[in-house]
This record gives sequence, structure tokens and C-alpha cells, in this order.
Amino acid sequence: MEARQMNSKVEVKPLSPVTKTRSFTRFLRRWSLQIALSLVGILIWAFFLWRSPITFKSYAIYNSLMLTTPFFALVAIPLTLVIIVKEMDLSFTSVMAWGVAAYSITFRVTQNVWLGFLACLLAGLLAGLLNGLIVVRLGVPSLVATIGTQFLWRGVVLVVTNGQGVGMSEVKRTILYPLLVGKIGPIPMPFIWTIVFGLIAWFFLNHHKFGAHVYLTGDNVESARLMGVNTGRTKILTFALVGLMAAFSGFVVSEQLLFFWPTLGDGYLLNTLASVFLGGTSVFGGTGTIYGTVVAAFIIALINPGIVASGWLAYWTQLIYGFIIVASVALQAVLRRRFS
Amino acid sequence: MDHLLQLKNVSKTFGEVAALHHVNFEVGSNEIVGLLGDNGAGKSTMVKIMTGYHRPDLGGEVYWKGEKVEHLSVSLARDLGIEVVYQERALADQQSLWRNIFMGRELSNRWGLLDIGGMTRETQKLMNTAMGFTSSAVSPESSVGTFSGGERQGVAITRALYFEAELIILDEPTMGLSLSETKKCLEFIDGIKAAGKSCIFIDHNIFHVYPVVDRIVVLDRGTIAGMYMKNELSMDELLERLYRVARTGNLEEYSKAA
Repeated sequence: MEARQMNSKVEVKPLSPVTKTRSFTRFLRRWSLQIALSLVGILIWAFFLWRSPITFKSYAIYNSLMLTTPFFALVAIPLTLVIIVKEMDLSFTSVMAWGVAAYSITFRVTQNVWLGFLACLLAGLLAGLLNGLIVVRLGVPSLVATIGTQFLWRGVVLVVTNGQGVGMSEVKRTILYPLLVGKIGPIPMPFIWTIVFGLIAWFFLNHHKFGAHVYLTGDNVESARLMGVNTGRTKILTFALVGLMAAFSGFVVSEQLLFFWPTLGDGYLLNTLASVFLGGTSVFGGTGTIYGTVVAAFIIALINPGIVASGWLAYWTQLIYGFIIVASVALQAVLRRRFS
Repeated sequence: MDHLLQLKNVSKTFGEVAALHHVNFEVGSNEIVGLLGDNGAGKSTMVKIMTGYHRPDLGGEVYWKGEKVEHLSVSLARDLGIEVVYQERALADQQSLWRNIFMGRELSNRWGLLDIGGMTRETQKLMNTAMGFTSSAVSPESSVGTFSGGERQGVAITRALYFEAELIILDEPTMGLSLSETKKCLEFIDGIKAAGKSCIFIDHNIFHVYPVVDRIVVLDRGTIAGMYMKNELSMDELLERLYRVARTGNLEEYSKAA
């Protein structure tokens, strides 16, 4: 009360020209990471445009980028939250397949695509919750726990599908098909969903209590607990979101192909993680942005076709992804030492 | 009259280590209690029970204004009006000043949407008044990791004050502070008394504790080893008794206060 009473006497001075220029440099400093990342993206794009103008001046390459980048960007968005709370999730590649397996079983029984779709999302959510509970309630390090559940869900999928792929042409008869993999004008729907979910995640991360608690939990879990933040619930929720979005993304991929492969999700681990780390989310927790992750996802996606179109072997892609992860994590460690 | 906060028969065991044995402790309203004790005496454990961070072992009870509190949690304690300035400050270094001030008690509407403008404005005001920041390089958006020890302490104390706590617990607030910062901190405790609030002041340094408190409680190896009203004994007598407790661990006769 004392402090509040004192407050009422204080007048806030209007901004002087000096503080205006200061606030501009402050703006630059605050958004430096995002600005730098955007510049890197433009530079890489310009480089490929110069190396291979025919490919990069055609609509086809952008259509394909907008269609396929969301397959992992949709997971990279909630994974960003998991990394911000200083945890890790490696199980989403299998959860993608587990979600669609749940769809497939439900559809076989009910012959209802919508029920199957709901089952898919629910299966993903439950798989994510399980990760969260194992990590938070049992105290298993998330790296180990989610390697375990990665194998677990892949195993479940292989057992229930008997290792066989399943056709999904039935989804073409429902509105779900144009809604998830159709197009609005020249823009493929998966791209639009990525932007939509990116905006939702950005909003909750920056303008909702949940997001505030995500940052606090990752920054200093002990402080957050001492000040009454429910850090356990916050962590569990971030894991659940990854599960949910992994299943959604798995459904979008399978719908695109109209076929469900039990190996679905394999090969997405590297580019999803690379998107999060290149996007500036710190492996040490407490910092990270959705904007960074989404932009980084498109940079990552640009590299593979760029390399091929430039006439190099596609083998380079993996090397570059690996390099990006190591370099961005190393850079975070160096910056952290310098500024703390 | 009821006590503001009362612990009855509180014990706390971590695995095989008993941190507190059957402790009875109370704080009156508008009372400043100094809690003294060596490292490992159980001071921090007692604080964390009063703030709902630890649950007392079975049989221990916590009362707030005469009413028994079941399932005390950190957020419930803060809702009741208990704020703590922790030894380790409980700050999130990479986060902005305003996020630290409102940590765990963010201003938000009923859907949980943050009132960022409101929190930034309040923080700006607190910076000018309570925290005494004058440098224009510091803004509510500055991360607290860049602050000095005294400034960080200022943030933690301001945070405790802001939420209109009735009981403020200071866990070794002078640790790592410069001489002038320590003086400011002690003046702050006088301010709590003047404002009609209560305070538990935990410190190693009896020379800091003695001048500002009404009553002194000595904790030793998990039990209350002594309790003195300040007017009962001089600082020298107190010092002498503290040495004796430290040497022998002997329970002295329980001099009932209030």
C-alpha cells in the first residue's frame, strides 16, 4: 500500500527527442535477433536466386515450399515452447504417425472421417501429456523420456498397422481435404495454417499468463516456483501442445499423400530442431520467439531445393542442417557466457 | 488477540534429515520478529513452510489470523498477504523488470490475457519511487540480469511491497550488499513497522537484527532455542546467549513473549 500511495504523486515525463532516438536503438537491440535472422534468410534466398535463377523465379518452387515446410513448421511452433521451458521433445516424429494410426483405426471402425480426425488429435494430445507427466511427475530428464516414447509410439504404430501402409482416399470426400491441403488462390492451405497457428502461439506466448509462465519457468524454475508459478503444469501443457500439433501435422502430411505410411515422421527430427535453434530459441531456456522459429523453418526448407538447384549433391543438406544446429547452439553458449 | 501467523507443532523431514522438530512460532500484527540461527538451523525451511513452498509433516498446523490454513500453497500464501524476499532473490535474470515484478501474479483479465501496458506503467512508477533507479538506461523492459546486487535486492523488496503484503519475510536480505545498501535495507524494515505491517527478518548478523526488531527468536538445529523480547535483554546479553547456544546446543528456558 505504501508503494502505491507514493506512486500517485509521480508524474511521468513526456518523451524528449533524446529518449526517442534511444528508444529506436532500444528497438533495434530488442529485435536484433529477428532482424538478423530475416536478413540471413533474404541473403540465402538471394544467393540461390543468383545460382539458379530459373528455379527460383518460378512459382513452382514457392508452391512446394509453402506446401511442405508446414509439415515440420507446425511442430516446430509448439516445440519452441518446450525448448523455452528448458525441456526437450524428440518423440514428435513417432507421434505424427501414432496420431494418423489412431485416425486409421477409428475410421475403420466408424467409417467417419471427422471422428477419425478427432481421434487423431486426441491421440496426439494424450501422447504429449504422457511425455509431460513422465518428465514432470516422475522427474525423468525429458531427453531420455522422449527418446523412450519415440520408440514406444513407433512400436505401437508398427504393431497396429502390421507395418503396412493404409490408403486414405476417403478424406477426399469431406471438406477436411480442401480445408487442410487445398488452396486459396495461389496459397496452399498448410501454409495458411502455419501462419494461423504461428499467430495463435505468438499471441499466447506474449499476451497470456501461460506464455509469461513459459518464459519464467524456463528462465529460472526455482524462482518461478518460489513466486507461485505452477511450473509443472506449464511444462506438461507445452508437451501436450507438441503432441497435439504433431498429430495434426501427421494428418496433414498423410492427407496430402492420401496415404498413411507407418514410417511417417521419420526424417523430420533434424529440420524441426534446426528450425527452433536457428530461430534463436535458447537451449538454456527462458528465451525464444515464434517469429524466429517460423522464419527459420522456411530458411531450413529453402536449403534443400536450393542446393539441388544449384547443382550440388543433396547429401550436403544433412551436413548443413547439422552444422546449423551445432553453430546456433554454440553461438547461444558463447553469447550466454558473455552477457551473464 | 489472534496472531497474524502461527505455526503449531511444525516438523519437516527431508528423507532422513529432520530440518525442523515440533516448532511453535508466531508473529503478531505489526510486529517485527528477528529470526536468528546458524547455517542449517532450519531458518529457510521454516520460511518455506510459512510461504507454502514446503508442506509441514503430518501433525503440523499453520494458522493465519487465527484460522487454520489447509493446503497452503505459494499462490495461496501470496493471496493471503505473505510476501517473501528470498535469500537468492527469486528473480528470472533474462526476463524484463516488469515480468520479474509481476512474476506469478501477472495483471490479467479473467481469460488470462496480460495487461502489459498496466504492468509496464506500474513498473515505471515503482522504478522512480520505490526502487530509486535514476539512470535512463534502465527501463521496465531491461532484463534484471544486468542489475547490480543492490538493484536486484531493490527489485525483490519492491515486489514484496507492491502487493500490499501484511507479512513480509526477509530471508538474509543483507547478504552480499554494500554498506549503504544494507543501511537502506534496514531503513526499509523500519518502514514496514511504521506502515503497520509485520515482518520476519532473518539474518546471521545480530548487529543488523537487534536494532530493528521487537522480538528475537533463536533457532538451533531445528528447534526454537530461545525467544526474547528486545527490552528484556541487551545486545551483549543476547550475544553471550547466542554463543552459548552455538557451543552447547542447549535449550534455554523458554521466555514467553507477548
